[in-house]
Amino acid sequence: MNAILNSLRTMGLIFLHAFRKRATILYPEKKPYIPPRWRGRIVLTRDPDGGERCVACYLCAVACPVDCIALQATEDGQGRRYPEFFRINFSRCIFCGYCEEACPTYAIQLTPDFEMCEYDRRALVYEKEDLLIAGPGKHPGYNFYRVAGLAIAGKDKGEAENEAPPVDVRGLMP
Amino acid sequence: MSESAHAWLNIAGILFAVLALSALLIWLERRLIGLWQDRYGPNRVGPFGLLQVVADMIKIFAKEDWVPPFADKAVFVLAPAVIVLVTLMAFAVVPIAPGIGVADMNIGLLFFLAMSSLSVYSVVLAGWASNNKYALLGGMRAAAQMLSYEVFMGLSLMGIVMLAGSFNLREVVESQRDGWYVVPQFIGFVVFVIAGIAETRRLPFDLPEAEAELVAGFHTEYSGLKFGLFFVGEYIGLILISAMIVTLFFGGWLGDGLPPLAWFCLKTFAFICFFILLRAALPRPRYDQLMDYGWKAMLPLVLLNLAVTGAVVLAGRMPP
Repeated sequence: MNAILNSLRTMGLIFLHAFRKRATILYPEKKPYIPPRWRGRIVLTRDPDGGERCVACYLCAVACPVDCIALQATEDGQGRRYPEFFRINFSRCIFCGYCEEACPTYAIQLTPDFEMCEYDRRALVYEKEDLLIAGPGKHPGYNFYRVAGLAIAGKDKGEAENEAPPVDVRGLMP
Repeated sequence: MSESAHAWLNIAGILFAVLALSALLIWLERRLIGLWQDRYGPNRVGPFGLLQVVADMIKIFAKEDWVPPFADKAVFVLAPAVIVLVTLMAFAVVPIAPGIGVADMNIGLLFFLAMSSLSVYSVVLAGWASNNKYALLGGMRAAAQMLSYEVFMGLSLMGIVMLAGSFNLREVVESQRDGWYVVPQFIGFVVFVIAGIAETRRLPFDLPEAEAELVAGFHTEYSGLKFGLFFVGEYIGLILISAMIVTLFFGGWLGDGLPPLAWFCLKTFAFICFFILLRAALPRPRYDQLMDYGWKAMLPLVLLNLAVTGAVVLAGRMPP
């Protein structure tokens, strides 16, 4: 008897679900909210002055567990390192975000974009011009060369932000 | 219109309508279950996803029609045809509306019971011919389940036969002008609904195919069109049971305001939705529970109903 009442109650409750809001989000028409720190399509960002942030240190390529990042470092005439090419094979990428964590200059960042399907697998290999975006991404004010104590053309040692002039190690004065 | 043209039109019309509806039911069921589970169900192909059925049909026709090498080939091929055939045959006696219906048999009710019992052969043969232990277990369960529930299904209708005084389904409907049989035969109605679900192997009683325990039960080895035929058979069975409930307990085509055909379709549709709700809501009982419900609860109940109905009818007939 109890089982019958239980069954009837269940049926009633399930029927009432007809008047509830549906949980489904009709995806291509309605985009779901994606948090800003979502690990999606990888981009290379620029510093506020418009220069490339990437210094081609290879740390992202080392950190990458699936070895999907390939790059070649080179140097411009002013002593700034930059990647000659920078290639991410998104058909291998697992969007773990380790490259972003490893990056010392905030250059490589993951974005909340996941709609990158292709019919051709080769189209998933992104070159530097595909990866490089115009803005600074998640860290707007940061410019590596302005805070790093590295001498490049136009900025000698000791001229970076929050940096004291170099100590003369041969001098007697403190 | 000549007599035979009318008959052919009836046959073709009902055949077409039933087959089309059973295909459409796949869509309806998925949409309704989606509705009751707070999601949408198929809504992409065509308006409201209606063309999903067409897409599924194309897919199932294009699939490889494979017979496993260890199966009993002839029986394996025969089994899915049997279920569609017998359920369609049973539709011959369903009185849809005055002038619409294939056969007007004086033993229509018995014919329906016979045909619905025959459908167990399909399941048992499929389970046997598949030569697969899960399929065999499914077939065995189906046989036991049908055997048990067949008993109450027949007995639950005998009250109606007593009240109507006829096995002819049209006369059963006509005799409900003063009131639907669901009121005096409520116990019979409940038992018939439960036995009907068990008979069509719909979800609360889908032990023969119990995905969780038996892979897919009797149709484990089936694919492509043959698998599709089992499903068409199941959906035709669903329409058949709904139509029979309406005919026997809810006054068939009788009703005010709308044409008889509309009343019949409306009532049948309501019961189809009810059966889909059952599927959405209820869990599958254990096998021993199924047998317990059957023999220990329903059989005494339906026998009691039969005895009381008999006494009442007899008392009414006795000269004062």
